[in-house]
Formats: sequence, structure tokens, C-alpha cells
Amino acid sequence: MLALLVAQNIAFYIIAALMVFGALRVVTCKNLMHAALWLVLVLAGVAAQYILLAAEFVAITQVLVYLGAIIVLFLFGIMLTRAKTGTDDNLDNSKGARIGAGVIGLLLAGVMGYSLWDGFGKREFGDLLVQRTAQVSDSIFSTYLLPFEVISVLLLAALIGAIVLARRD
Amino acid sequence: MLVNQFLFLGAILFCIGVYGVLARRNAVLVLMSIELILNSVNINLVAFGAMWHATDPANLSGQVFALFVIAIAAAEVGVGLAIVLLIYRNRQSIDVNDVDLMKG
Repeated sequence: MLALLVAQNIAFYIIAALMVFGALRVVTCKNLMHAALWLVLVLAGVAAQYILLAAEFVAITQVLVYLGAIIVLFLFGIMLTRAKTGTDDNLDNSKGARIGAGVIGLLLAGVMGYSLWDGFGKREFGDLLVQRTAQVSDSIFSTYLLPFEVISVLLLAALIGAIVLARRD
Repeated sequence: MLVNQFLFLGAILFCIGVYGVLARRNAVLVLMSIELILNSVNINLVAFGAMWHATDPANLSGQVFALFVIAIAAAEVGVGLAIVLLIYRNRQSIDVNDVDLMKG
């Protein structure tokens, strides 16, 4: 049990380091296409973290929806807006705005880090049980049935809205 | 594993996403940064869900909410990219600083 816990911790830190590096590249990269591909690394890392948390269904959904659909949508968006291939210096705001954004980001990190450490400290997960897909579906289709239906209507509305906005006439 | 490992990872990704939204000028990159923010929130939801699931095996609210957030993110990025496309078609540019029609 202890060996497994150590392995989980090592896997967590390796994946987390890759994710933070990828996320930093997404927000600083000078090449639009490369930024989209770094985003793939971050989203795949999120799926791996879900597996470490024993949340199998969310991990699979993450791979299907984000890596499968949303990244392709982003690549379409980049190509349809005829972005420059190769490096482009007009992706970022002015230097002052970037410094302001960095200060705001660090400030947020400080506040959230302090409150998280204050609130949870060294709290352990205990024994992580596998959260099986059957249990998730039971929960969705009993307790959360009404929000589920609302989400379906929202997706339909978003679909129709996107078609209406994007078609040529 | 500590709960805080995952919460701190989520917080760091959230801050990087906020930096991206504020520092980027290209509308597609702003949308990508919003995806980073939504994913960091999802990590938090699943971590809290796992934490409660360990004490109460019937409670899966964290995962269900993460699934809802994924569905809403998909809808958001679909409509967002349609709007970006429309701006590009009307102005031949997706620089968010150029969209200042409402500014007096």
C-alpha cells in the first residue's frame, strides 16, 4: 500500500510539472499553432490526474471531449481566421499590460495558496475508492436529473446559436 | 496523497489562465486561456469529489459537477469560436483590442 502511495505521488509530481510547463507555454508561446499543441499536453495531464484520483469516467470524457473535439475546434478556429503560420509578434498585449497581468496572477496565486494551506493543510485523501461509471450514472439519473436535462437544452441552444452566428448569408 | 497537492495544482493553472486572458491579444488564445481556467476548476471539483467519496461512498457530486462543467465548456467554446469567426469576417482581424465599438 505504501509503495503504491509513493508511486502515485511521483506520478503526480511528474505530470503536474509537465502540466505547469505546458500551461506556461500556452500563455507565452509566440506561435499560435504551437500554443494549441501545448494545450493538448495540459489537457492530457488533467485526464491523467483524474485517473490518479480514481475518477475513470471523467478521465475518459476529458479525453473524448477535450482532446478529441475541443482541440480540433481550436485548430479549425486558427485556420479559418487565417493566422500566420510560424511566429507572430502580435499575439500579446503591450509590455505594461503583461506586467500588470503577471502581478494580478501572482497576487491571486498568493491569496489562493494561503487560503488553501490555511483551510486544508496536510489533510489526506484516505483510501481512494474507485468511483465506478455505474455509480456516476446512478447519481446523474437520480439526484441530478433536472440539471442534466437543463444541460441538454443548453447544448442544443449553443449548437443552434453557433450555426446561426457562423453561417454565411 | 494530500488533498492540497491537487488544489495547489488547480490554483496554479487558474492563475496561469488568468494571466493568459489578460496578457493575450489574439481572441483564439484568450479562449484557450479560458479553457485552462475551466480545467483547473474541474481538477478541484474531482479532488473534492474523491475526498468526500472516501468518507461517503454514495456521494459522487464532485464528478457529476465536473461532467456538467465539461459540457458547459464545450458549449462555450463552440459559441465563442463562432463569435470570433464573425468578428474576423467583419474586420479581417481577431485582435481583441480592435473590437472597441462600444468604447466612447
